[in-house]
Amino acid sequence: MKQILLLISLLLGLISSFAYADTPIVKIGSKNLTENVILSEMVVLLAKHHNKGAKHWRELGGTAVVWRSLLRGDIDIYPEYTGTILKETLLDKNLKSFEQLREFLKTIGLELTKPLGFNNTFALGMKRTLAKKHGINSISDLRQHANLRFGFSNNFMARNDGWKGLRIKYRLPQQNVRGLSHELTYQGIENDALDVTDTFSTDAEIAHYGLRVLKDDLEFFPRYEAFFIYRADLKQKAPNVVAELHKLEGQISDPEMIRMNMQAKINKVGETQIAANFLAEKLNIYAAVVEKSLLSSLYTLTLEHLLLVSISLFAAILIAIPLGIVAYKYTQVGQIILGVVGLIQTIPSLAILVFMIPILGIGNAPAIAALFLYSLLPIVRNTYTGLHEIAPGLKESAEALGLDPFAKMQLIELPLASRSILAGIKTSAIINVGTATLGALIGAGGYGQPILTGIRLDNMSIILQGAIPAAVLALLIQFLFELSERVLVPKGLRITR
Amino acid sequence: MLKLTNIFKTYGTHKVLNSIELSIPPQKTTILLGPSGSGKSTLLRIINGLIQPDPGGSVTFEDTPITKENAMTMRHTMGYVIQEGGLFPHLTTRQNATLMARYLGWDTVRVEKRVAELAELVQLPADMLDRFPTQLSGGQRQRISLMRALMLDPHLLLLDEPLGALDPMIRSTLQEDLKTIFKQLGKTVIIVTHDIGEAGFLGDNIVLLNTNGRIVQQGSLEELVHKPADPFVTEFINAQRIPLELAA
Repeated sequence: MKQILLLISLLLGLISSFAYADTPIVKIGSKNLTENVILSEMVVLLAKHHNKGAKHWRELGGTAVVWRSLLRGDIDIYPEYTGTILKETLLDKNLKSFEQLREFLKTIGLELTKPLGFNNTFALGMKRTLAKKHGINSISDLRQHANLRFGFSNNFMARNDGWKGLRIKYRLPQQNVRGLSHELTYQGIENDALDVTDTFSTDAEIAHYGLRVLKDDLEFFPRYEAFFIYRADLKQKAPNVVAELHKLEGQISDPEMIRMNMQAKINKVGETQIAANFLAEKLNIYAAVVEKSLLSSLYTLTLEHLLLVSISLFAAILIAIPLGIVAYKYTQVGQIILGVVGLIQTIPSLAILVFMIPILGIGNAPAIAALFLYSLLPIVRNTYTGLHEIAPGLKESAEALGLDPFAKMQLIELPLASRSILAGIKTSAIINVGTATLGALIGAGGYGQPILTGIRLDNMSIILQGAIPAAVLALLIQFLFELSERVLVPKGLRITR
Repeated sequence: MLKLTNIFKTYGTHKVLNSIELSIPPQKTTILLGPSGSGKSTLLRIINGLIQPDPGGSVTFEDTPITKENAMTMRHTMGYVIQEGGLFPHLTTRQNATLMARYLGWDTVRVEKRVAELAELVQLPADMLDRFPTQLSGGQRQRISLMRALMLDPHLLLLDEPLGALDPMIRSTLQEDLKTIFKQLGKTVIIVTHDIGEAGFLGDNIVLLNTNGRIVQQGSLEELVHKPADPFVTEFINAQRIPLELAA
């Protein structure tokens, strides 16, 4: 009992130390796109230059996540594109121009900069050699080659201004069309697993992989001019920063953005450094770039990851064991409980995470809530099974002795089921360590962060900075649980018969 | 002491117990004897309230009717031993034996004194007290199960096939020990068994049930052998090898 109390107080201490950490003045988000991360890093550097605390939630899991976070005020600013907001996010508002967009956003407390200059539109690309062989120059030319294999980023597959609309506009006949992660599409092209993919016109990979960008001869794709969108109150909180951002309007040309993307992806220069170089060049602002050492970033990531896993698991234990007991005692309610926790397990994790944002925002809270939900099933089920499988003779003995139901549960049934319950907790903990890597998609950090960054930059060594510690942590937890069996499972149950 | 009136027990359409009227004499050992399916174990569970009889039946123990509500506390005055002992594998011998005393808040001195008394009574070596059930033989387990049943000094002792799982040699030793212990204690004892030899050896009073869950005859083994109340009695006795001197 004492150990449990100690554990609780430690956890509470940990939580509060996170909760009361300095709240940043400028909260910046970015989408899971290298270009977007670089632009957001510029905001971070500007904020720091003007002595405003800043926090950057990097590579959040898509437009829906950043947009909702902005509306909730979890972030103050992020880089957006005209095509995305007009044709996707605010499609139902039927806005025709940038000015109409500005007018509308004002009504919901948002402001924006003018476009920064470059147009990062969608385009279709294929290997130059293959295009040459078939004589394909424009998207219309694809109609004659129904056998080509198309692989598009998931985002592009789902968008109105992506594959859905493109197929109709160009009457494309191809049937072999797959959706995958944007970073993997280039590898697919490189390995000849795919023939045609979507690209962004500022992607560094176009030149790197020798792709031909097909001409949008029917002018299907809208323009995707980048700009910053921010909450109106940012002007009061950080007027200098906002002023500097407006100085960037029209300052980043297509070649300049391609070059910056290239530095990040091909030359492996850090996004912060790239952003700093650009600010020095354009605004004469010299910001110091502090690269975190591998060890200190590992320490931070470990703390973040442990926080996610421990709180969610702890809460799950508190709820799931009683649920398992109820399921065992009341058969009908039990079937409902087991059904519901089983159902939760089938919901895709990203869906749960995104679903949580309107309620809990971004960061730790929604990630912990999602992990908590996923941790329930193994513990509930093992508690239920462990109690259910106690030999009938033992249950009868406990009752025949005249123990009240509570004492019977506490003194006999729970200890007898302890091994099974502990195994359920162990399963939850290990699954949790893996699932928590998804927390990075909604700004909760942890080992998922380098994994996301590494995938985005196609950099295996960065991926491993998250993947290896996550695997080590999972093994460590397994080991700790096996040790704890010696304390928590009664000795009499551990003696071999 | 213990009086059962108008006991029926029906599961669906199956009548397990049929019109049982029974008075258990105090400070004697009564045997509930019968073939499998005669409802003798069900009857034992009805006595300590683990199972409720069909409406209309009643069990009165020391002038108090046993109900669903009072069954739990009434069981503190009835010791209960089952076939495999029902010892809790996560508790040591001592913890098993003293579980109820500790639950009821006895002080340590009183608990330890009682354990020592009972260990001597059931002839359990002291070093067995801190072992776990899985480290003990079947016979030792039943001795501890008896200790546990006697811990609160109950007025009634119920044993459900207590020796059923033991090999013949150990069984025989334990039968002798049990007889001595019961004589020493002078308690009211009810034992369920299907073994006539065991019934005759341990019992002062035998209650024979048939496969319809009815009491066919009550009396000593001699009476059952020499004055059978029903052809079933003779049939049941002849189906087993009984001590030669008792055979007709």
